[in-house]
Amino acid sequence: MTAAPLPLTERFEHGLAAPICLTWELTYACNLSCVHCLSSSGRRDPRELTTAECQAVIGELQRMQVFYVNIGGGEPTVRPDFWVLVDYATGHDVGVKFSTNGVKITPGIARRLAGRDYVDVQISLDGATPEVNDAVRGRGSYEVALRAMRNLADAGFAGFKISVVMTRHNIGQLEKFKAIADRFGAQLRITRLRPAGRGAGVWDELHPTAGQQRELYDWLVAHGTDVLTGDSFFHLSGYGGALPGLGMCGAGRVVCLIDPVGDVYACPFAIHPSFLAGNVRDPGGFAGVWQHSELFRGLRRPQAGGACESCSAFGSCRGGCMAAKFFTGLPLDGPDPECVRGHGERALASAAPAAAVPWPSPDHSHRTAPYRTGERPPVPLTLSPRPPVPLTLSSRPPVTACNANPLAGFVPE
Amino acid sequence: MACAASTEPVGQFDLDAPWRLDARVRVRPEAFGALLYHFGTRQLSFLKSPALLAVVRSLAAQPSARAACTAAGVPAGDLMRYAHALQTLAASQMICKRDAA
Repeated sequence: MTAAPLPLTERFEHGLAAPICLTWELTYACNLSCVHCLSSSGRRDPRELTTAECQAVIGELQRMQVFYVNIGGGEPTVRPDFWVLVDYATGHDVGVKFSTNGVKITPGIARRLAGRDYVDVQISLDGATPEVNDAVRGRGSYEVALRAMRNLADAGFAGFKISVVMTRHNIGQLEKFKAIADRFGAQLRITRLRPAGRGAGVWDELHPTAGQQRELYDWLVAHGTDVLTGDSFFHLSGYGGALPGLGMCGAGRVVCLIDPVGDVYACPFAIHPSFLAGNVRDPGGFAGVWQHSELFRGLRRPQAGGACESCSAFGSCRGGCMAAKFFTGLPLDGPDPECVRGHGERALASAAPAAAVPWPSPDHSHRTAPYRTGERPPVPLTLSPRPPVPLTLSSRPPVTACNANPLAGFVPE
Repeated sequence: MACAASTEPVGQFDLDAPWRLDARVRVRPEAFGALLYHFGTRQLSFLKSPALLAVVRSLAAQPSARAACTAAGVPAGDLMRYAHALQTLAASQMICKRDAA
């Protein structure tokens, strides 16, 4: 309240003493093989953090006053100690929101979860009909998700989240998704498809068309804060008015990711050695990584916007998503691949050949997961001709990378 | 104890009443002020100055919000801005009157 304080967004760009929100993927194991999985999950990694190590991380989060974590995977509920860890976190002032495909949300579990202040549940659903959903998430997954929703609603769990990744095939179903959420007393949350993890292999065929992006923007403007977005469509603000949310890339500044083996990445969409800051098993623990990693310190310094800086939309879109650019082979100081002014499409047309584009790693996909038409085979990193990306010099990390917007409903004054 | 939603008209913050933080709110100091998180509503708020943080922290120990502002060294000319900030916190159930249910 002193005279002319810095806008909060500028404060946040310099980073905070601890993350506002943190995504923690507890396991790479998953009963599904979604074609767009951000973390290329499937098989458990033998190096995954033990129960005791997870509890030590929770202790650190409590001391750092990280108010809540977004737990995901993989499918986190298949960890045998999942409920133990949820109870441990909530008993140590760390709230939990966990993402699940619903496989373990039985009526009994739903009753246990209902009414607990410190726990929130997010059910993933990528189609409002079985055909659209199961084509992406696997046969039978729609029915599993709907059953979990029914169980939560029957148990009186109000306001759980239904989380949808927007694709070419489900943008036309927005009203149907809203109807499903309303039916269960849930809240709809829609997020952007990123070319991260296995999503890199299907992005070309699944990401929304330019016309669909406009349709999505208009729908978001009409629905305002009724629908959560994880602040993930900020690149669409180039169409005109800004969308609700903070509108800055939080990677390494206000958000980060802890993966199942304890590796700390700048954001959940950037599981790649270029964005690896350290490991919670390092001597300084998670706090040491957050406070001292060279990568994070670089991300907290002023960034350059390159060619985008001369664009009239730059003030709001900030050049788009760092991870989306990285995994489509675009320079980090150039336009987002889905730039609404069309600069991304032009950049992609003249971008590096597919073999030179960074491939997400590590990969824990089920070995039986089918390759899809159009999917690039994984490129071994050691053969990648692309030099390390100079994050601190040439890029302005752009739009928010927060998996679950901690600022939903918050409008900077 | 949980705070009920404020019934005060917007912009009418009762500076002379005793106030307190909701028991389910946690405060994390930051260079710019502080982050507040309400575990019941799952809402996040920001205190945009260290002085406002001092005010909020001393609410429960002071006989009134006005006294909390004075104790934190808020100049008289700034009082209305602080009242506005406190009203915003009351509207989101972060703080409530001490005699409130």
